[in-house]
Amino acid sequence: MINFKNVTKIYQSREGNQLRVALENISFKVDKSEFVSIVGKSGSGKTTLLRLILGEEKPTKGRVFFEDLDVHRIKPSQLYKIRRRIGVVFQDYKLFPTKTTRENIAYVMEVMGATDEEIERDLNHILDIVGLKDRANNFPHELSGGERQRVAIARALIHRPDIILADEPTGNLDPYNTFEIIRLLIKIYEMGTTVILATHDREIINSLRKRVITLENGKIIRDDPKGRFIL
Amino acid sequence: MLILFKRVFKNGWISFKRNIGLNIATIFVMILVICLINILFFLNIIFSILISEIRNKADISVYFKKDVSFEKISEIESEISKLPETKSIEYVSKEAAHESFIERYKNNPVLIDSLNEIGENPFLSSLKIKAKEAEDYGKIVDFVKKLDFGNLIEEIDYFQRKPVIDKIFSITSGVNKAGIIFAVVFSFIAVLAGFNAIKIAIQNLREEIETMRLVGASNWFIRGPFLVQGVIVGFFSILITFFITSIICFIFDSKLKILIFGISFVDIFINNLWKLILIQFITGIGLSVFSSILAIRKYLKI
Repeated sequence: MINFKNVTKIYQSREGNQLRVALENISFKVDKSEFVSIVGKSGSGKTTLLRLILGEEKPTKGRVFFEDLDVHRIKPSQLYKIRRRIGVVFQDYKLFPTKTTRENIAYVMEVMGATDEEIERDLNHILDIVGLKDRANNFPHELSGGERQRVAIARALIHRPDIILADEPTGNLDPYNTFEIIRLLIKIYEMGTTVILATHDREIINSLRKRVITLENGKIIRDDPKGRFIL
Repeated sequence: MLILFKRVFKNGWISFKRNIGLNIATIFVMILVICLINILFFLNIIFSILISEIRNKADISVYFKKDVSFEKISEIESEISKLPETKSIEYVSKEAAHESFIERYKNNPVLIDSLNEIGENPFLSSLKIKAKEAEDYGKIVDFVKKLDFGNLIEEIDYFQRKPVIDKIFSITSGVNKAGIIFAVVFSFIAVLAGFNAIKIAIQNLREEIETMRLVGASNWFIRGPFLVQGVIVGFFSILITFFITSIICFIFDSKLKILIFGISFVDIFINNLWKLILIQFITGIGLSVFSSILAIRKYLKI
């Protein structure tokens, strides 16, 4: 489903006199219905890798495929077509502050042109899954961190994407909410959705016992099918 | 498609409400521009009515001495009608002139009584001549003065229209030039105000726009609401200006009629309603959409 072929990403400083290698000659594949954790210290290239899948960044060298589509050969104005097949969960939630839980989640379906009836039907179902039915009409500032992240997951999930990208989704959460969110991601994976989870949380990785790709200084140093967090 | 359009419009309305202060300022400037264009529109119509009134109004009146016979006058009439500059010529007998006076001033007893006191018909037979062009009147007058029957003529009443028409043309052109300069300056200010309103709306929503892109919103779904915001600004400007124009026309019509030679603003307003609406739409929506597009292209690169 996702295929990185010899991908290198180098960032240039604004002045243009400094280079920073974020990813160096990375190659790996993620199959359909797989749960893959990308682990590594801060600055190891986890977020860059996810941004490359979303078409947010262009690789300096190499190619990134989403199924048979070369993500970076797609016109920027057409990238939304790929993004609609991806659900994204961020560490800082990225919720719309002036929209309620219900409106935040519905937004994805709105942009896709779903009817109000379709939105209402799927919304109730997804609110059930993430356990936020009683918080449906609250604004983000009225929710706890764990609840906000569950809204973000619901928003990433509602349009039934092929893949979920979760970038440090538990970074701002306490241990209880962390495991709630991970439990939710596993539930999504068990429903057949591919999940790529970027994290540096050792406990999470060790409890998952799923495939782990370990990054260090922009390189893959380990790719274990039932890996543990070893750094 | 319709559902997406509805949502883009709804988001545009929300964006308009969020930046209400700036949008009101933009609407205010836009109203000034549209009002200015309305004034130009009305002035041009008034001037063209004035010119055509002057062109069509009285003409050269040649009054004949009391004892000149109808046959003689007919002879002169046929001479003048041969002139290429003559558009029409009409004989008015002294009886007809008398009746016309009574009809015109029937509600003015002082004048009618004065006429009765004279005891006889004081009016003279005359020829009323209309020229094809304003500048032809002079030529006709010269021709009449040089006629052999000069001793039969009591008086030639000739109103110099050409200088008046030239004066109106020069005022029209001056007003138009000044109006256009003001309209351009105000349009520039309106575009600047609209541009800033959209720019600030975009900057306030920078993070949200980023999220919209990442969750799969298409370019036009993100850009559309800002364009709609511009359209709403234009629409309100048009609505308010239209309201102001209607009020001025209807409330002050009678006062303005006295000021401007009986020209009715209400008549101009009603007879040119569609033209006026079209001009307002082109100006109001055109300027605000143009400023929105400029701001979107500069600050909303997707």
